[in-house]
Amino acid sequence: MFFSLDGKQVHGATGAVGFEGRSDPIVVLIHGAGMDRTVWSQQTRFLAHHGFRALAIDLPDHGKSEGPALESIADLSDWIAEISNHFGEKIHLVGHSMGALTALHAAGNHKDSISSVSLLGVGATMPVHPELQEAADANDVKAAQLITSWGHGTKHHLGNNPTPGLSMTGGTQALIESTARGVLGVDLLACSSYEEAVESAENIDCPILFLLGSEDKMTPRKAAQPLIDAISSEKTIVDFPSTGHMVMIEEPDLVRQKLLAHVTSS
Amino acid sequence: MVEPEFRRFDTRALHAGQYPDPSTGSRAVPIHQTTSYVFDSVDQAAGLYNLETSGHIYSRISNPTVAVLEERLASLEGGVGAVCTASGMAALHLAVATLLNTGDHIVASRNIYGGAFILMNHTLPRFGITTTFVDPRDPEEFAKAIRPETRLIFAETLGNPGIEVLDIGAVSDVAHAAGLPLCVDSTFSTPYLINPIEHGADIIMHSVTKFLGGHGVAIGGTIVDGGRFDWEASGKFPTLTEPYEGYHNITFTEEFGPAALSMRARAEGLKDFGACMSPANAFYLLQGVETLPLRMARHVENTQHVIELLDGHDAVEWIKHPSHPSHPDHDLAKRLYPKGTGAILSFGVKGGREAGKKFIESVKLASHLANVGDAKTLVIHPGSTTHQQMSIEDLENAGISEDLIRVSVGLEDPEDICGDLDKALRSSQR
Repeated sequence: MFFSLDGKQVHGATGAVGFEGRSDPIVVLIHGAGMDRTVWSQQTRFLAHHGFRALAIDLPDHGKSEGPALESIADLSDWIAEISNHFGEKIHLVGHSMGALTALHAAGNHKDSISSVSLLGVGATMPVHPELQEAADANDVKAAQLITSWGHGTKHHLGNNPTPGLSMTGGTQALIESTARGVLGVDLLACSSYEEAVESAENIDCPILFLLGSEDKMTPRKAAQPLIDAISSEKTIVDFPSTGHMVMIEEPDLVRQKLLAHVTSS
Repeated sequence: MVEPEFRRFDTRALHAGQYPDPSTGSRAVPIHQTTSYVFDSVDQAAGLYNLETSGHIYSRISNPTVAVLEERLASLEGGVGAVCTASGMAALHLAVATLLNTGDHIVASRNIYGGAFILMNHTLPRFGITTTFVDPRDPEEFAKAIRPETRLIFAETLGNPGIEVLDIGAVSDVAHAAGLPLCVDSTFSTPYLINPIEHGADIIMHSVTKFLGGHGVAIGGTIVDGGRFDWEASGKFPTLTEPYEGYHNITFTEEFGPAALSMRARAEGLKDFGACMSPANAFYLLQGVETLPLRMARHVENTQHVIELLDGHDAVEWIKHPSHPSHPDHDLAKRLYPKGTGAILSFGVKGGREAGKKFIESVKLASHLANVGDAKTLVIHPGSTTHQQMSIEDLENAGISEDLIRVSVGLEDPEDICGDLDKALRSSQR
């Protein structure tokens, strides 16, 4: 689905279920650095057929959304809040990694726009290894390889994908390789320079769900704890053993169930 | 300096796609000899049928044992996914049927397996899909043959039976400049010798029956989806980029991104055409894949022994193998294939067709049969067998002369292989 925000074309996947004539609550799924809507392929269509208008968004200059890429988490969260304004209603947010910081900031700073928030692969800070940043800035394929390598838990490096025939690591790497030149570097810098995560968490008053991988090397499990401690609203924490940063790909079935339960009850 | 940490090739050949069975602890991949799978609920069943969730419904579409092989092959090739089929020919048909429609056109190498040639030259035209065959050594010929209705470029990484070495990068450049994917048959090379995706190929197909299985006990095929081709930018592939009524108007690129081809090939191709791999065959083929690195290294080593025997042999007119300096692709082969160019070679026996026949009938250890890539050494006379339906002109175009003998060098002791071939060659001259 395409629509316009601030005069620019925005694209999102809806699970092939149109929004027209529907009044179901809207769930916006926000991808991470260097990725696009398709990281949510195991959740979007499911939510769209279970009582929600699902919108797995392509952030600016990602997937099929018009650029340029936004350079800070605050800008990204403002942009997400505009989606709420566009549809004229509050929205549920589901974010992964950079998308999780974006959802967190939006929930803490655009309270009137957000019904609930679900965070996957998140930390109070997201430092980026300088060699990863350097490779991303240089559009070197090594950046995609590093994220793929660090992004999946040890078990899931070998696969055992619930989706028959698909390679988890192969899919992640191909997706990041497809990112427009320069965009991954902008994304990573936005993550590493963001310092308002705990403050945003303290401001949140909507229900929040954490879906966290025990083997997450990009945002280690312990990095999420300051956020969990800072949140005073209703919170649910689900830890996934033997799982890395790409929780929604590595454990799609459980993530679907937990997301549906959370947005249904919020 | 940081480096990505992935399991190495030999480890993935043994482990990719499988963890010990959680319910039984079975270390080996279990054979899930079942047609169908019990649903948890009506909602779960509906979700599976509607591609909302993942899992198994019916073994024509997916099966846990087959899925391990698929994921393992995808991993070894560096792709985003794989779909296994009943045979290599079923895999080629699946790729074509998933991407092409009536009125579409293929540009293919003329030096390909006879069965693939017949499919493209005689069978697909009945369904409105035509093919132009070109010299695989000349990327410009591929470019010149492309028409507005062309939808696929096809070639073998190592041609059959002349072992023409495809310059994958050059041909993929031609394909991509025209907004087309390059599909390569990598049966002769296997992912141990080359990863075509790294060189620019978009779809890899295999007859898994051959070196990947290696034992000659099970037929199977696969297509591996590289996941790098931009189907939307191309604008030529409505099966992937436009809503599909068969699944409530899902658009595969929209929902599945890099895995669009894999998902459509399974959701439509396996479901509707039904050329699926059996779980038992997947199990057999997995046993072969586990030892692929060891076997391929030995295949290549033994092939060098055979080439040394044939080189300068009184009964041999010529040899075709890229490792031999006389082969036109010798330099390209050294660049693309540092581990060697496989274990299929051809040679011309002095005395033409009659001498060739005597040779075939004189081998004692080597087997005369219609297969390659077995652990056992195989010989065949393509002109009278695998390529017999081709006209003399087509045979000449494919580089198949009457005296051509194809050898698939096996894993026996190289002295025994060479001794057998030497005796048969001498017999052929009497």
